[in-house]
Amino acid sequence: MIESLEREGVTHIFGYPGATIAPLYDRLSDSKIRHILVRHEQHAGHAAGGYARISGKPGVCVVTSGPGATNLLTALATAYMDSIPIVAISGQVNSELLGRDVFQEADITGAAEPFTKYSYLVKDEKELPRIIKEAFHIAATGRPGPVLIDVPVDVQLREAAFKFPQSVSIRGYKPTIQGHAGQIKRVLRTLAQSQHPLICVGGGIFAAKAQDVFLNFIETLNVPVVSTLMGIGAVPTSHPLYMGQVGMHGKSTANDAISEADVLFLIGARVSDRAVLLPDKVKRRTKIIHIDIDPAEIGKNLDTFIPVVGDAKAIMGQIIDYKPDRKDDEWIQFLTDRKNARNVDYADRAEGVNPKAFVHKLSKALPDSFIYCADVGQNQLWSAGNVEIRRGGRFLTTGGMGTMGYAIAAAAGAKVAADGRFTVAVCGDGSFQMSMMELATLVQHGIDVKIVVMVNGKLGLVREIQTDSYEDNQMAVDITGSPDPVAIAKAYGIDGDTVSTAEEAEDGIRKLIAHEGPYLLAVRVSDSESSL
Amino acid sequence: MKHTIAVLVENKAGVLSRISGLFARRGFNIDSLAVGPTDDPHISRITIIVDGDDYMAEQVTKQLNKLIDVLKVRNLADHEITRRELALVKVKVDESKRGEIVDIAKIMNCEIVDISHTTLMIEFDDRPERVDLLIDLLSKYTILEMARTGTIALQKGHESV
Repeated sequence: MIESLEREGVTHIFGYPGATIAPLYDRLSDSKIRHILVRHEQHAGHAAGGYARISGKPGVCVVTSGPGATNLLTALATAYMDSIPIVAISGQVNSELLGRDVFQEADITGAAEPFTKYSYLVKDEKELPRIIKEAFHIAATGRPGPVLIDVPVDVQLREAAFKFPQSVSIRGYKPTIQGHAGQIKRVLRTLAQSQHPLICVGGGIFAAKAQDVFLNFIETLNVPVVSTLMGIGAVPTSHPLYMGQVGMHGKSTANDAISEADVLFLIGARVSDRAVLLPDKVKRRTKIIHIDIDPAEIGKNLDTFIPVVGDAKAIMGQIIDYKPDRKDDEWIQFLTDRKNARNVDYADRAEGVNPKAFVHKLSKALPDSFIYCADVGQNQLWSAGNVEIRRGGRFLTTGGMGTMGYAIAAAAGAKVAADGRFTVAVCGDGSFQMSMMELATLVQHGIDVKIVVMVNGKLGLVREIQTDSYEDNQMAVDITGSPDPVAIAKAYGIDGDTVSTAEEAEDGIRKLIAHEGPYLLAVRVSDSESSL
Repeated sequence: MKHTIAVLVENKAGVLSRISGLFARRGFNIDSLAVGPTDDPHISRITIIVDGDDYMAEQVTKQLNKLIDVLKVRNLADHEITRRELALVKVKVDESKRGEIVDIAKIMNCEIVDISHTTLMIEFDDRPERVDLLIDLLSKYTILEMARTGTIALQKGHESV
């Protein structure tokens, strides 16, 4: 197994050992693969996800059977929703005892079925090399996603002659890469007739490793861009063609642009309920051109005028080859004027720090190639709405699942994948408490992740829902009793500071950036701040 | 509207649970599902009858195609296929009713495959609507038990999935 992983180019594993995975760990100690011990299996999955998103190859996590495997489920579901390639290996009880409800037995391939692209329950040790090869292929190609390999402990222990396959051949799995030539021509014709074309970009751009091609694409076509939450950072946020994030928590400029567009390109975006509020409003007038590697996404949530199935990078290349040039400045000017007219509330606060201004200042102060991991809650929306991303920077968050406690582990994985890049995890005081045990992982393995915790003593996003939709009946959103994050950090041997004013915040940002090794900055924020 | 969807899948453990799980998760309504081997021992053929509009049929087809163990999916139009179902029906009989039931069986071209002092077992394979008709006719008597396979279907002529 280890040799198969090494042949697949695995250099890091995020994991947590246990009885049924002990044989693998026994051999792992002789391997060049670096094992990073997390403090909870869920975070092994998130770290593998963060690793995958930055390295561009599947992240690997290893857990034991039963609770180890079920703890991983949330991370698998998170990766599945956001199309992140992960290969997860779980130990399983002795294959002869399967189905007898023995100690730490859980039907994990069954439980993970809705959240995995594919899964294997290995019964024959001779099949392991082929299965591992296939798992990496399935996870990384087509629409990426998590693949689970469940290996009974006796299968791990049995010796078998090692024969690693050269290639993968799966009859029922041949993702389309190139776009259909006829459809590409239709796209060009439609674009030529369009007055108000718009591109909505999603996380698929990163899956296709197509950021550079995308920039070339939008500049060649001269078409303005909006992005989904997962698409943030596909173009630098200051790019003249970029009009902001769409959706429930997006910018009104971007949402208005969608409803005024006559042709809408969707590229690697699945048009989720949070991204397009009123699909009916869009489809009546707008011709949708949907470019996606997953044919099942096309037409699922919006009626599509031209479907183009394939790899976004390949298809954009095919379109660019025709050298379409679109002369129009009116539409772009119109959107730009509206974008510039928008008031951003970066004013200082009487109580606490303005979180939007903080995010903006923080991202401006970071090196261009920074990796910014946003957790879930109001902090995610403050981050998404105000982060400034320059070329080479990345914004990582959980879009589909909205999994609290994602950021620190994902940032750890991302940092491991790109050691030189400045990596920051931004959480709230709620999500921090779902992941603060991972501070130990950072310390133990010397992973230099900076952490920001927005402290308002509330589960702010739920509080906001209660304020807006339940007559401000605040129920179970007060998290009084929470520890001081800086004291927690210090208990783990991580330095940190708390800031409560704009002035202190600027100083705090400077300290955070200058500090060698992990650092935690707690930012006091009023509990009545709104997300948008 | 009913759609007949033929699916060729790898004959592997867990395939059926992946497919039935998909239908449950996505809220697709299955009227019937029939699975059996094909001439290739590695491939099974599943015939699924789903009830829904064209959007749903398209989603079913696309989501099935996404499954790695699925080799081919085809939504078969009613006019291009021959459909069959098999039913076994056990009816309670007494001397006075036996003649009537045997008559029904003869007229419908069924076979009587088991007989006892108090029962008759009727075997019938035909188009699903004919099977419905037989069951309707027999429902006048007491049906003790019945088993019915799902619909299977093949395209007429040279076409194949």
